[in-house]
Amino acid sequence: MKNFLFVLRHSPHSGSGIRESLDMLMTVAAFDQPVKLLFLDEGVFLLKSGQCPPNPAMRPTAPLFAALEIYDIEGLWVEQESLSERGLSLADLILPAQTLGRADIASFLAAADIVVAC
Amino acid sequence: MGVLHLVNRSPGESQTLALCLERVGAGDAVLLLESGVYAVLKNAVFAPRLAEAMRCVSIHVLTPDLAARGIAQEEVLAGVVWVDYEGFVELSLRHTPIISWS
Amino acid sequence: MKFAIQINSAPWENQGCETAYQFSRAASHMGHEILLIFFYHAGAYNGLRWMMPPEEESPLLKRWSILAAKEGIDLAICISAAHRRGLLEQTEARRVGKLDDDLAPGFRIAGLGLWVDACLKADRFLIFGA
Repeated sequence: MKNFLFVLRHSPHSGSGIRESLDMLMTVAAFDQPVKLLFLDEGVFLLKSGQCPPNPAMRPTAPLFAALEIYDIEGLWVEQESLSERGLSLADLILPAQTLGRADIASFLAAADIVVAC
Repeated sequence: MGVLHLVNRSPGESQTLALCLERVGAGDAVLLLESGVYAVLKNAVFAPRLAEAMRCVSIHVLTPDLAARGIAQEEVLAGVVWVDYEGFVELSLRHTPIISWS
Repeated sequence: MKFAIQINSAPWENQGCETAYQFSRAASHMGHEILLIFFYHAGAYNGLRWMMPPEEESPLLKRWSILAAKEGIDLAICISAAHRRGLLEQTEARRVGKLDDDLAPGFRIAGLGLWVDACLKADRFLIFGA
């Protein structure tokens, strides 16, 4: 058993990265390993509600995370400063998440065994 | 055993290193590699930020990447630890987890 | 100690593949075991058989194949990342009616389960080319 942590730091539509990273995350969950998600910096935009790309090829990213509910994910964490620096609050996100202060991130990272930053 | 943070972006082209340094804990190590090695230039604008970070974490730089970019020993901020690939492997053994900041 | 390594970038996209190679070589020479090198995202392009860069660039493909053979390292390219980018190994290509035979010697195609398994068995996990 290992604690997996996925750290998402990049905004939507910056490549196929996020879809492929979520495939990894779902595989980890399918192996019954504890897995957490942490949204930092531009990554908080992934969860922003109201995404409706006019081009069907650019599918919104937020529903991808909503679909994670069927998996046994230990939780979604968002850094409070990353939200407030972008003029966002938890109410702007599509999913409920827990918040962490920037000062708490170091120990949160240290508690993981495997970190996948994406 | 602290975390090993890998940063491969120059502070002039991305905020990655600055953002990483805001999330390091006491006892962690940061390894600057690839374009990330430009952060160690002692006369560049990022140097004071790196010097301040050294009060809390150890800062390492991958020497083959310094050499590849023409950065000489006397241009490097004092206190930065030089490592080669074997030293990189050693660092990875002494820390966990290992985070690649992209 | 046992290592699992992931490579996310294509050859020449950045220095990540080269760093991963040098790290893996150093770790092997120091007596450590590389359980798996897993090529993901654009890293899938590392297994393209027909890359023909100029000789003076010291092609990484050849060096990977030699290191893998010498040290018994498993070079695995994620199947979904490969398919997304048009890299097909021969059997799969025939199955979908294509003539491709794109996978370089020393590499194999594998699923994400192999990656999770290596992470679980390894003492350390590193990502390159992020």
